[in-house]
Amino acid sequence: MNTTAGRTPRLSAGARRRLVHGGLIAATFGYVGVLVVAPLIGIAVAALKPGLSAWRTVFADPYARHAYLLTGYITVEALLVTTVLGVVVSLVLSRDRFPGRAVVSALVDLPLAVSPVVVGLAAVLLFGLGGWFEPWFAARNIQILFAVPSMVLVTIFISIPFVIREVAPLLQELGTEEEQAARTLGASRLQTFFRITLPNIRWGLLYGIALSTARAIGEVGAVLIVSGTIAGQTETSTLYILRAFDEGQDNSGYVVALTLAMVSIVMLFGIEFFRRRQEKGHSA
Amino acid sequence: MGFSGLDVAQTPPLPASPGQGGLARARRERPAWGRLGLRGLALLYLGLMVVLPLSAVVTKGFGGGIASLQDAFSQLGARQALILTIEMAALVAVINAVFGTITAYVLTRYRFPGRNAVATVVDIPFAIPTLVTGVMLVALYGPNSPVGGFLARHGVHIIFAKLGILVALLFVTLPLVVRTVQPVMQELDRGEEEAAQVLGARRWRTFRQVMLPHLRAGIVAGSLLAFARALGEFGAVVIVSGNIANKTLTAPVLIAQLISGFKDPRAAAAIGTILFGLAFVLVLIVERLVGHKELREHAS
Amino acid sequence: MSEGIVVQGLWKRFGSFDAVKDVGFEAEDGKITALLGPSGSGKSTVLRMIAGLERPDAGRIWVGGEEQTGKSVQERRFGFVFQHYALFRHMTVSRNVAFGLSVRKEPKAAQRSRVNELLELVGLAPFASRYPDQLSGGQRQRVALARALAPQPRLLLLDEPFGALDARVRQELRRWLDDLHRELGVTSLLVTHDQDEALELANEVVVMHQGRVEQIGTADEIYNQPVTPFVAGFVGAANIINGYVSAGRIRVADGAPAGAGHLPEGEKAQAYVRSHDIRLTTSAGDGAVSADVERVTNMGWTSKIHLQLPDGQVLIAQLPNEEVDWIRPGARVYAGLRGAKVFSAADVEDAAADSRPAEVSEAVVVTRTPSREAIPRAP
Repeated sequence: MNTTAGRTPRLSAGARRRLVHGGLIAATFGYVGVLVVAPLIGIAVAALKPGLSAWRTVFADPYARHAYLLTGYITVEALLVTTVLGVVVSLVLSRDRFPGRAVVSALVDLPLAVSPVVVGLAAVLLFGLGGWFEPWFAARNIQILFAVPSMVLVTIFISIPFVIREVAPLLQELGTEEEQAARTLGASRLQTFFRITLPNIRWGLLYGIALSTARAIGEVGAVLIVSGTIAGQTETSTLYILRAFDEGQDNSGYVVALTLAMVSIVMLFGIEFFRRRQEKGHSA
Repeated sequence: MGFSGLDVAQTPPLPASPGQGGLARARRERPAWGRLGLRGLALLYLGLMVVLPLSAVVTKGFGGGIASLQDAFSQLGARQALILTIEMAALVAVINAVFGTITAYVLTRYRFPGRNAVATVVDIPFAIPTLVTGVMLVALYGPNSPVGGFLARHGVHIIFAKLGILVALLFVTLPLVVRTVQPVMQELDRGEEEAAQVLGARRWRTFRQVMLPHLRAGIVAGSLLAFARALGEFGAVVIVSGNIANKTLTAPVLIAQLISGFKDPRAAAAIGTILFGLAFVLVLIVERLVGHKELREHAS
Repeated sequence: MSEGIVVQGLWKRFGSFDAVKDVGFEAEDGKITALLGPSGSGKSTVLRMIAGLERPDAGRIWVGGEEQTGKSVQERRFGFVFQHYALFRHMTVSRNVAFGLSVRKEPKAAQRSRVNELLELVGLAPFASRYPDQLSGGQRQRVALARALAPQPRLLLLDEPFGALDARVRQELRRWLDDLHRELGVTSLLVTHDQDEALELANEVVVMHQGRVEQIGTADEIYNQPVTPFVAGFVGAANIINGYVSAGRIRVADGAPAGAGHLPEGEKAQAYVRSHDIRLTTSAGDGAVSADVERVTNMGWTSKIHLQLPDGQVLIAQLPNEEVDWIRPGARVYAGLRGAKVFSAADVEDAAADSRPAEVSEAVVVTRTPSREAIPRAP
């Protein structure tokens, strides 16, 4: 390296490369940090600032308790449907060959792109006054809109893709040889499904369920429209937060938001755990 | 050399009945009831839960014909809302395309302490309810917070301003790009990159000329997904933007306003149809690009 | 009706492609029969139809005197071994082996003892609690065999069982399977594209090509008395040379190296001859063809000699070194073809265009088994 007095030495190629690497990594840390981590810290601070008393108030509020329960109930109901039927669709998508498979695949992805508001709108158009199905339900005195059933329905819609997008490619990758072997050994189709297929998709399925749950818990746009937001009856946790901020009860809003955030983080760890397990393809 | 006797090797009996190529007693494969049943169930599920509701929206939206669409479009600030929404979504798609690709690159090609943490953090937006995202941003950048106050003093307004919408959407769509690009990057044949390096190409050139062509489809698909998602985002935006008509009111929020209390379901449906139409087209494009490789690699 | 396998008139079509065309054969009870053929010959499809994994479009299948054609896979209760093992990845070796028994709800104690018995038999007892991904390929295939044998099937079907293994392991397992079969005596049907495997293991070989049966016979018959050009070319590497029939022999360039009395005069013909069946001398005689030595390659205890005939055709002889040490590149020698099989060129073209195998009536030139002693030395 020739340096003459007064000239700063140029960086060696190796050092320059390391700088670029370091720069990229730093940029990533910075972007992700500012975008994601900072707000998390922000909400923790905001929720904890008023102290424990705010928490006590919130949990004493029957509406808040109801909101949590309702969120849980809707999530579980939606989960049951999307998991079982999600596995069915995955099996059909990955193993059955029929014209229009590509259409089905696109249908599965559609809920990811559709605005939840549009979903709520669709529910209103179907079950609301003048809607396609309204007369049938009204005649039987069944309340769909502005009641829990419609909330469950829209939650199902927005959670449809998650299980399928994980399990279908997994089934495709796994192939059918193990199932064929099981059949040659005398297992019926049901036996084969429960003893061979299901264990093999275990981690991907759990991953999809975790993603589904997180999505269902966080749903706000669609349920806002269909629920009528009747506090204590059709108000989920997210709707509670909306109302809290609307009414200037910022503290309550922060508290409930933080609890949801914490639940989501726990779900997230579950998600990551399941994902790693799935990627490892570990048998045990 | 010679014959040691005519020893005719055993050959199969010639076919007695079918003519050449005929399937005499061709037995039709018994329809597998199980398989048909599953198929029917899957189609019923998706038909009822996806096709039905969306056709309701489109029917109502186009119900009054193109005229009513234009009608709804021009009034009630719908036009501004749509333009704002599309603008923001496009911006977000581009920004996250760049940063998302960088993040994916860093995650797949580098080893550094905290790598797993970064991967996990990238997934956070997938887990957090969108409304909570909005709340977090208000907590961080709102006028009452130290950061928010600091920025406000320097003329940077995030809450109740377009910038807030942008940040919220960036947050929400980050994982979409990263997780679409990352697997594609991981599948890349390192051999090609190594060959390029052996021939003297440096990182940037290797990236640009060897990796990028393979990644293009994935990056575009991820960006389109981000775009579609951002178009329809409600929860994160409704709290942060302040929903100021003609300024920070996005189309999804406008639709919600129009439909609550049945104020103007027709207009809501019209705007909803436009949004849905856009989303639909985007999904189609994404399907073609990256969608479900299992369908493209046509199974034998 | 035979106690073994009887297959009649099997047809299978996938879309517009006929994978199996009118296949029929019998496999003797208690013996190993091989389905030998190149990839795409339909042999795996036939095996899977016998197993019940595919449904034939036409045809019938009997095993042990009972018709199997309508039965489901589960009802047939045959053992099946897959090329890629298909072990249940989330179960231990013992649970894999026990699966067929547990499906049949055998009592646990009986299951355990049977599993141990089989693991001893395949030499993997210490691996009972391992998982498949902790085993080597050869070990996995042995587990797969144990698993297939556990429910005491009356038929064992093997689909290219050693195809995914490397050469050394393949040899070992081949020998091992032979021993296993001697001990157990289960009727077995083995699909393979490896002719050494078929010739070594099987009592009878069914050669398949493009969905049809080309020839059925013992290893000796297949090797030495091929009925069709395909079998002649596929089983045992062969040189193929073209000529025409004249005065009861096939004329090639300046010689008439093999008998072709069964073919009409003037007919275009092809002779198939093995590399070790070529006799090289210094003088013409007995119809030998003249040839120039292009290259001599030492292959250990034999040498490969590349010869070019006056009309441009190429012959490759492979003979023990001590017999050919007099041959130098560039030399002119005379090649005689011992034990060549001569077919009409028309038949060869037909086979390529996928017609029926050679008519039974076509007489076949039968030859002696090539022996390594008593090879006349060049004078």
